[in-house]
Amino acid sequence: MNFDFSDEQKQMRDEARKFLSEQCPPKAVREVLDGKAPYDKSLWKGLAEMGFLGVAIPEQFGGAGAGHLELCVIAEEMGRALAPVPFSSTVYLAAEAILIAGSDAQKQKWLPKIASGDAIGTLALFEGKGNPSPKAVKVTANGGVLNGVKKPVPDGAIADFAVVAARTGSSGRESDISLFIVDLKAGGVEVKSLTNIDLTRGQAEFTFKDAKAEPLGAAGEGWGVITQVLDRAAVLTAFEQVGGADRALEMGRDYALDRIAFGRPIGSFQAVKHMLADMYVSATLARSNCYYGAWALSTNAGELPEAAAAARISATQAFQHCAKNNIQVHGGMGFTWEFDCHMYYRRANAVALGLGSLSYWEDALIDRMRKKNAA
Amino acid sequence: MNFDDTPQEAEFRAIARKWIAANAPKEFEEELSKSSLGRIRLAKHDMVEVGKAWQKKKAEGGWACLHWPKEYGGRGATPIERVIWQQEEGVYGKLTQPFQIGEGMCGPTVMAWGSEDAKRRYLPKLASGEEIWCQLFSEPSAGSDVAGLRTRAEKKGDNWVVNGQKIWTSGAHYSDYGLLIARTDPNVPKHKGLTMFFLDMKSPGVEVRPIKQANGMQEFNEVYFTDVVIPDSQRLGAVGEGWSVSLTTLMNERMSIGSRLATGVPEMFEFCSNLMLEDGLAIDDPAVRSKLASWAVKASGLKYTSYRAISALSKGERPGPENSIGKLVSGLMLQDIATYAMDLEGAAGSLTGADEEQANGQFQQMLLSSPSMRIAGGTDEILRNIIAERVLGLPGDIRVDKDVPYNKIPTKGR
Repeated sequence: MNFDFSDEQKQMRDEARKFLSEQCPPKAVREVLDGKAPYDKSLWKGLAEMGFLGVAIPEQFGGAGAGHLELCVIAEEMGRALAPVPFSSTVYLAAEAILIAGSDAQKQKWLPKIASGDAIGTLALFEGKGNPSPKAVKVTANGGVLNGVKKPVPDGAIADFAVVAARTGSSGRESDISLFIVDLKAGGVEVKSLTNIDLTRGQAEFTFKDAKAEPLGAAGEGWGVITQVLDRAAVLTAFEQVGGADRALEMGRDYALDRIAFGRPIGSFQAVKHMLADMYVSATLARSNCYYGAWALSTNAGELPEAAAAARISATQAFQHCAKNNIQVHGGMGFTWEFDCHMYYRRANAVALGLGSLSYWEDALIDRMRKKNAA
Repeated sequence: MNFDDTPQEAEFRAIARKWIAANAPKEFEEELSKSSLGRIRLAKHDMVEVGKAWQKKKAEGGWACLHWPKEYGGRGATPIERVIWQQEEGVYGKLTQPFQIGEGMCGPTVMAWGSEDAKRRYLPKLASGEEIWCQLFSEPSAGSDVAGLRTRAEKKGDNWVVNGQKIWTSGAHYSDYGLLIARTDPNVPKHKGLTMFFLDMKSPGVEVRPIKQANGMQEFNEVYFTDVVIPDSQRLGAVGEGWSVSLTTLMNERMSIGSRLATGVPEMFEFCSNLMLEDGLAIDDPAVRSKLASWAVKASGLKYTSYRAISALSKGERPGPENSIGKLVSGLMLQDIATYAMDLEGAAGSLTGADEEQANGQFQQMLLSSPSMRIAGGTDEILRNIIAERVLGLPGDIRVDKDVPYNKIPTKGR
């Protein structure tokens, strides 16, 4: 059994960690947090130069052609550093959708630009409150143009193009939904920035007014692609969450060692030790579920839907748990703007919702386990 | 990343599988497959006898304690081969229950601290199941703080005379030998006055009494010592060094990888898939689904954590500290699952009569037994301390009795 990343993959993780610790210290994250920039452009460029943006994009489309295990280790580091760049929307959502459903011409057009950092992409799926569902898609596609409103769209305000789920039928079935690529610079889309709890990652509202759209994949097969993209993004995002959870745990541990109260380090009190031990347990369970997700993702295994849901749930719980208890360990200092704890707390709770909420994935996991048990 | 065996591992697995297919006591397969939680019981046969027969056969075939050196009754197998064996042994592994304390804790301690003569005399018979060993550490007033134990051993000529009481001794009533830690000097701080011995459980003055547990069962014993004589040749390690010796034992207790920890999740999933509530199947209820999903990811998290440890073994590496979370997670989960399964049945959930029980009453039994899962082999709190101190590097507890002579430590709270 070799249920671990290879030495080369671990080396890539070390490289990514070193790069991000230099190029993306908390100070850089705070530039975006404080609203001085919508995202960290120089970091984005650096990530492209490192080959990280296209790590899972085949060489023929301008990527490094490494694979998804490599992308997983980079995702973990991005989450650990709270990198304020549109990595997840561009790489996990837009690029994956194009890789799954795109024509050769579409791949040639967009993937090299993603890999080089010249195009930011996103997935416009949600239309207000609620979890992913074909029924919730109201934006219409008719005669090659889209009409309707999408929100929230991750990194929508800085995106160059979007993959959009739109309604092309009214049978009430999944086959009513098709996917489109919209060039956001071509007009017909009003983009409005929305505020959200994670100030290091933007959200936007798109209003399509006869916006020109190019079909992505076959008509009526959009929802199947969305499901696949969400599963794949769930694994990759789970690695970001595990990276964040680990960092929050470390911050709590370090503070507990340094902070003296009642004449001793607070980390010597069992109440604090046990809180940190429980955080370690959550983070470890999540990491192991993520490894299984990574295996399923990288091999396109039939187990991917179940593995992705398990990784997503476990990592969401772990990051939320570690981020909130990190503040608790810090006490009053943890509730100041100056300390970084709140940045992880914000990210943990925003990223928990982005691909559909915890209850959505819990529901999905049970369905998928039942399907497996029935088989 | 893959789940495949290396060619050597595959070869070993094939040999093990073939041997098991030819030799396993298949007449018990069905019964063993069913009893998933708690102690194993066979309807018409004595568990210890059936276990001994299987263990003997394994020893003859070279499959007992296979990670031990050959001269002590093992096979000289690698850690990963041991894991593969356990996987292949499957349900028949449950028959090894009477030998687990010996194989997992007493044997390694004798191996590390015993004389060559003692190793050659005792270890092969322990491995083959001919002689069963138990562990005599815990006392009524020394549980998590086992170094606070009171049982006294006093030197008389070439012998030691032991008086005192041990508790929670699994299998004491059918054991041939016991690993005993006792206080040999009460005038020094508690960790420094302990010495380790092994003794014949049939020695005069040893009395084994079963404990009636909170769940109504009797699985453990109290062992009383009244002027029990142990020859000095049965001492393990130096006088006063018992604490260091005991760490060998306890470390082995926590090192068992790939062990089969019950989580209750498969049972709960099946239960919810069949239980009819007012509005339909329990598994279609959103609240039930949410809880089930949370438990399922804990169970899968544990499974893949052990896979990570197995992978480390496969590469000849030492597994990381991740494996320490197993019992902490599964113990509480069993208790929570049992509580919730009964909750779903409403008032009838409390009934235990054969006609009333859903799912063979397994959740009611689980509820009553699960407190012990959170205590035995390290309480939840001790396990959290271990994670906090050894994995996260947090400071140890402040020990107010550290430098106090044992006989000056207070014995009453108020």
